[in-house]
Amino acid sequence: MATQKIPLELTVNGEARQALVHPMARLLDVIREDFGLTGTKEGCGEGECGACSVILDGSLVNACLVPAVQAQGSTLRTVEGLAGVDLSPLQEAFLHHGGAQCGFCTPGMLVAGTHLLETDAVQDEAKAREGLSGNLCRCTGYVKIVDALLAAREGRS
Amino acid sequence: MRGQPSLCDVLTPQSLQEALSLRVAHPEARPLAGGTDLMVPFAAGRLPDRLFLNLWGLEELRGITVSDGEVTCGALTLFREIAVHPLMQREFPNLVRSAKVTGALAIQSRGSLGGNIANGSPAADTPPSLLVYGSELQLTSLRGSRWVPYADFHTGYKRSLLAPDELITLIRLARLGDGGFHYFRKVGTRQAQAISKVSLAAWARTGNGQIQELRIALGSVAPMPIRARGAEKALLGRSVTNPPLDAALEALQADISPIDDLRSSAQFRRKVAGNLLADMLRGLVSA
Repeated sequence: MATQKIPLELTVNGEARQALVHPMARLLDVIREDFGLTGTKEGCGEGECGACSVILDGSLVNACLVPAVQAQGSTLRTVEGLAGVDLSPLQEAFLHHGGAQCGFCTPGMLVAGTHLLETDAVQDEAKAREGLSGNLCRCTGYVKIVDALLAAREGRS
Repeated sequence: MRGQPSLCDVLTPQSLQEALSLRVAHPEARPLAGGTDLMVPFAAGRLPDRLFLNLWGLEELRGITVSDGEVTCGALTLFREIAVHPLMQREFPNLVRSAKVTGALAIQSRGSLGGNIANGSPAADTPPSLLVYGSELQLTSLRGSRWVPYADFHTGYKRSLLAPDELITLIRLARLGDGGFHYFRKVGTRQAQAISKVSLAAWARTGNGQIQELRIALGSVAPMPIRARGAEKALLGRSVTNPPLDAALEALQADISPIDDLRSSAQFRRKVAGNLLADMLRGLVSA
């Protein structure tokens, strides 16, 4: 027997949003299917790959592992919220350094990278690599991604 | 089959008291903390539970409290909070290291100490450290609270002393003071995100050239996280510079009972557990 849906209210990329969802729905599915924000990707669906990285109440989380009910009243940032009128410095740096190849990990990399920059967790290359260790990329070999992150930290593109 | 959120319901208490009442009224409701463990089998359709008790919002279960003699962590203390806590870094480095190798940042921002314990995985990263620090758990129900040594908590594979009406509420660590030797090493497929094949934590105190106090615990080598009491006994009171390594290794092999599974083989685990013990003792000599 199907259970009752709950009204979920969130601030998504600065905007108040609502959805009627099952409480154990994955936040990832709410983001993609209810809010129509398909930048957040599903890779492994079990918290290994980081493709679904989002910033929830200031913390970096895997949206595939958060039940919707636990996001009630939260502030959520997805990859769609990173750019203003212009691309963010990190997005510019990804372009400049070739940090994206097939592109599937890129939204998660950008969200995780943004979180690391905002929490001052990119002091050096080792820290950058540690910070991104939950985000898998099968194309780039990570060098260009780490270069982009370090460049963005130094205010270079 | 994928998980079916449409068949599942969630109870969200506003206080610990309400959570404990719901534990009695709905003993079938599975307690749910940060979700980093449970959401994986849930999404894959491998979790039989249809009702969950959402503990995430309970402020009473959060926070690290330091007093003269002990440190107390709420069950919802996140790995990330442990990893960046200055006193934890200074006095309980094994716990900090094991928190830092639990998944990666996004897991550490959501996964909790109480959840890690309650989930009961023999491969969990923090339990060996909790064992060597002699931690205790507070289990609470409407009947009251009781403290149990963490070493007694797991009674078998995914089985524990937790009664159906209880929740883990606090984890208490006695402060050990300075001068101890701390060792933690996890062997997995890669540095980040890996589930351990073998992990070993140790804490020791030496004096007069002897190993005066020693606790050793391992993960992924038995149905639950275990103390290696035989190996401890073989080494206690013995020389720091020339410990009876062979006897300790032999005792360790009797302490553990690893299995073949998808992450490793029993044979590999036996070999690596011995290597980690030897590595720990080398560290102790040069400490």
